[in-house]
Amino acid sequence: MIKTDILIIGAGPTGLFTVFEAGLLKLKCHLIDALPQAGGQCSELYPKKPIYDIPGFPEVLAGDLTQNLLEQSKQFEPGFTLGERAETIEKQEDGSFIVTTNKGTKHQAPIVAIAGGLGSFEPRKPLIPNIVSFEDHGVEYFIKDPEKYRGKRVVISGGGDSALDWSIFLAEVASEVTLIHRRNEFRGALDSVEKVQELKSQGKINLITPAEVINIVGDGKVKGVVVAQSQHIEKEFVVEADHFIPLFGLSPKLGPIANWGLEIEKNAIKVNNALDYQTNIPGIYAIGDVNTYPGKLKLILCGFHEATLMCQSAYQRINPGKKYVLKYTTVSGIDGFDGSRKESPKAVVKAIN
Amino acid sequence: MEEQDINIKITDRDGVEHEVVAPTDMAMNLMEVVRSYELAPEGTIGVCGGMAMCASCQCYVESDTELPEMQDDEEAMLSEAFNVKDNSRLGCQIQMTPAMEGLKVTLAPES
Repeated sequence: MIKTDILIIGAGPTGLFTVFEAGLLKLKCHLIDALPQAGGQCSELYPKKPIYDIPGFPEVLAGDLTQNLLEQSKQFEPGFTLGERAETIEKQEDGSFIVTTNKGTKHQAPIVAIAGGLGSFEPRKPLIPNIVSFEDHGVEYFIKDPEKYRGKRVVISGGGDSALDWSIFLAEVASEVTLIHRRNEFRGALDSVEKVQELKSQGKINLITPAEVINIVGDGKVKGVVVAQSQHIEKEFVVEADHFIPLFGLSPKLGPIANWGLEIEKNAIKVNNALDYQTNIPGIYAIGDVNTYPGKLKLILCGFHEATLMCQSAYQRINPGKKYVLKYTTVSGIDGFDGSRKESPKAVVKAIN
Repeated sequence: MEEQDINIKITDRDGVEHEVVAPTDMAMNLMEVVRSYELAPEGTIGVCGGMAMCASCQCYVESDTELPEMQDDEEAMLSEAFNVKDNSRLGCQIQMTPAMEGLKVTLAPES
């Protein structure tokens, strides 16, 4: 059981900044995110794109913003459970919550802050009628353990970076790699495209374009895929395979959080914006893009503000009646949980003769 | 500024047609017009914010309006999207200009 003061669901910019604000109040944080890395949309969707409306930063790349936020809060030693999706929440008799992930990891905290953005990123599934019945029986949307494909025949479909990169990687592992894409053109880093070209020439990747997987054949497990190709003439044929891996990117879904008994409106969680961004369940807060209230704007800078007020309220809940006043970091410095201290240099008092 | 407004027809995902007025002086695109009129639930359209990176604003263009030419990123995204037809476009890549007067589109299903 992982225990902390504030359990943050979602490691995007709002979740990461919460660690800093909580740290100033001597509250420890742990973050859960379905993605394998911190940063949320900023690192998953557009790490190389600039953002122009972070106060004080005329221009900052989304990936750099994530790195800066991690750096800013690192002395408060946040814990991370990455690559796991928060699945269930159970209120305990002492008022705390236990959140369990899809992989069974349990987390306990008196405060839960949902900073889940648009939700957890789920794979986009191609519209193949029988695909669901083959999931985990040869159809996989993520590659978790490449060794699983050693000596196997693999069909990958998709035209982006992940389809290219995994085709390259599995070309050395699997006995046969077939890459299928609707167009002849691929969208990916130039060296990945060139590498696939090279592997195709060497006969290590079987490339089928422009084509689409339209069906799966097999009996309880994948034995092959039906491919429709439309070069020169329309034709359909079966490619024998042990695994079919569609890689069409990820799309965010609110997911299990929608069943936590929270008041939902417009795919977002209703909160009290007059006070502290608390939800209808005391002790559970929602901050950043995942919440809604009159006049809500889905901006990173608004998420930072919401995180800051939420932490003050969390402090009051955890330390009822305990006195505290807002302190400025410039005046009081920052004492990290790792023993580090940051402070402004003292003024020098020295006579000038 | 009213003379700069244009009239467009948008059929939502439930098949209901809406006649809406869109400003041409606010740098809005079709996806944003749909959101401003709440013709699709928040979180189901414009997920990537308009970077041609998610295809949640895919629509089928049904008028013969002359549209801005498709850029590489839109074409690449549509090649990975689902339910794509010959008249598919990404709403986020269609800017509201006076030339869009009379545009008629249907939103593609959510995927």
